[in-house]
Amino acid sequence: MSVQPAEPLPPAPASSQPALEVRGVTKRFGALVVLQGIDLALRQGEVLGLVGDNGAGKSTLVKILSGFHQQDAGDVLVAGKRVRFHSVAAARAHGIETVYQDLALIPQLPVYQNLFLGHEVTRLGPLRILDKSAMRQLSRRYLDEIKVHVPSVDAEAEQLSGGQRQAVAVARAVRAAPKILLLDEPLAAMGARESRLIIELVKDLASSGRVSIIVIDHNYAHLFELCDRINVMQGGRITIDQPVHETSLEQLTELMVSSFRRQLGEA
Amino acid sequence: MQSGAPTRSAAPADNPPGRRPGAWWLARRVLRLFLYQRELTPVVITVGLFTYFTIKAGSTFTDSLSLSSAAGYAGPIGAIAVGEVLLLVLAEIDLSAGQVFLFAPWVEYWLHNLGLPLVVAILLALVVVCGVGAINGLITVRLNVPSFVTTLAMNFILFGLVLIYSNQTQATPIPLSASNGSPSFASQFMGSWLWAEILWVLTITILGAIMLTQTRFGARIVATGGNLVGAAEAGVPVRRVKVWCFVLCSFLAGLVGIVDAVKYGSLDPGNFGVDYILYAVGACVIGGTALTGGRGTVVGAFIGAILIGILEDGLTLIGVSTNDFYVWVGVVIIFAMALNVQFDRLIARSRGT
Repeated sequence: MSVQPAEPLPPAPASSQPALEVRGVTKRFGALVVLQGIDLALRQGEVLGLVGDNGAGKSTLVKILSGFHQQDAGDVLVAGKRVRFHSVAAARAHGIETVYQDLALIPQLPVYQNLFLGHEVTRLGPLRILDKSAMRQLSRRYLDEIKVHVPSVDAEAEQLSGGQRQAVAVARAVRAAPKILLLDEPLAAMGARESRLIIELVKDLASSGRVSIIVIDHNYAHLFELCDRINVMQGGRITIDQPVHETSLEQLTELMVSSFRRQLGEA
Repeated sequence: MQSGAPTRSAAPADNPPGRRPGAWWLARRVLRLFLYQRELTPVVITVGLFTYFTIKAGSTFTDSLSLSSAAGYAGPIGAIAVGEVLLLVLAEIDLSAGQVFLFAPWVEYWLHNLGLPLVVAILLALVVVCGVGAINGLITVRLNVPSFVTTLAMNFILFGLVLIYSNQTQATPIPLSASNGSPSFASQFMGSWLWAEILWVLTITILGAIMLTQTRFGARIVATGGNLVGAAEAGVPVRRVKVWCFVLCSFLAGLVGIVDAVKYGSLDPGNFGVDYILYAVGACVIGGTALTGGRGTVVGAFIGAILIGILEDGLTLIGVSTNDFYVWVGVVIIFAMALNVQFDRLIARSRGT
């Protein structure tokens, strides 16, 4: 694995090749064409917002990038190299971590086991005995560090509030020290205070310049605060690609409406 | 998404007015203990039953022959229940495990009659039952047939195979059984000693409990059963986990099936596995496992089996008709399940303090 020398240069260094590139990716489920040729580039250290209607294909794209689904055609490039992920583990091996819309926490497992799900600390070699005390301790320290408050790391995920669960899910992805972080509606159904927590978490991460991030969200105010660039998805395509600092909320809405009209006209 | 909304009223305050804080605190601690140590409730009931029968039936109940017959009853159920718990935690079920329990010694018997050495026959029989489990698992995860149906069908298939190849005649004596003279160590070890079977099951229970609660594989079972999509997204190989658990369940049932056959010394083709599996699922439920996935206890399943064994043996000894036994088993199962479901709800409601 080629590790890019980390350049802590906030805001995003527009240099070199993209951290992640998508070229002409298509995906269909049976007769339903969900993605019809996606082109997208995520630059090194950049936060890219992805917006679009329900059913525009955002989540499908994320699931392909995270190795959960496989594309029918097209290429995915990580740091300039063509890759094809056959599993979540394969995407992870390339430094891609994901927080899914449907929250991959296990209700019956304690917070610390959820934090380490898929990255468990084990003892006794092939017996894979869980090192629970180590995971507890690491979880406590880590959650403190990123200011995520849970009643106890021993609490089952089921016992957390929606926001706390979301925070733990984000924390799990971040803890794995990814190079690329995919966030599928990380702020869905969260209170203002909890949203703030996640936003600060993502901003901190972005400002380190080491992680490139794609965020899906419906809240434009959040996106404008978080992102360097916004891509709009409509009908399985990316129709608008705009840097945030050159765009206002009104402009973006206008662009979306006109592009949507164009699409309707085509159809 | 379930629950999640932070609208729920706060947990009751630690010191509500009008109650002595000490007693209230104690009551909460005790409730918490029972909530998280699911095995505790069936243990209390089992100890209660044991005491009751000891008082009622006196020394006839506590003498070793009677206890071993209770254990003999609990052994097969326990062995099947321990494997079954893993599948119940996965929100799957194996209805064929009871028939596998009966099938394994037949395979061993046939292979031995073909001239294979006993050890080889036993090992091959175990491989065959693992194969049965693998088929159960693969059909379930690959063809998306509900495991209830896959394993129900497998139960009939195995039953039919036994009837066909046994010509519907009993097999006796079977290899290793203590039919002539003093049994060898191997025979004692494999089941003819009074306590061999229950010790096998106890060992399996301990290993199973460690596996489910202390290993990465156990965490993967809970994750897969608790949130299938979430576990898959987090990189848990959910299908592989399921198939392995079907294999394990078959293996354990088959292993103790062979031990049980050596103990009784004969095989009856007319025995139907469903009789066993229903008790085993009952034992799991009594032990504190709901059938909703994500939760379950191996130790509880074993205790559930013991409870059923004590109930059967005790009721017989105090002169109650065996017919009453079935009523009592039914009552205990419903009571236990209602408790499990309520306990799960209480856990979900409490804000993890």
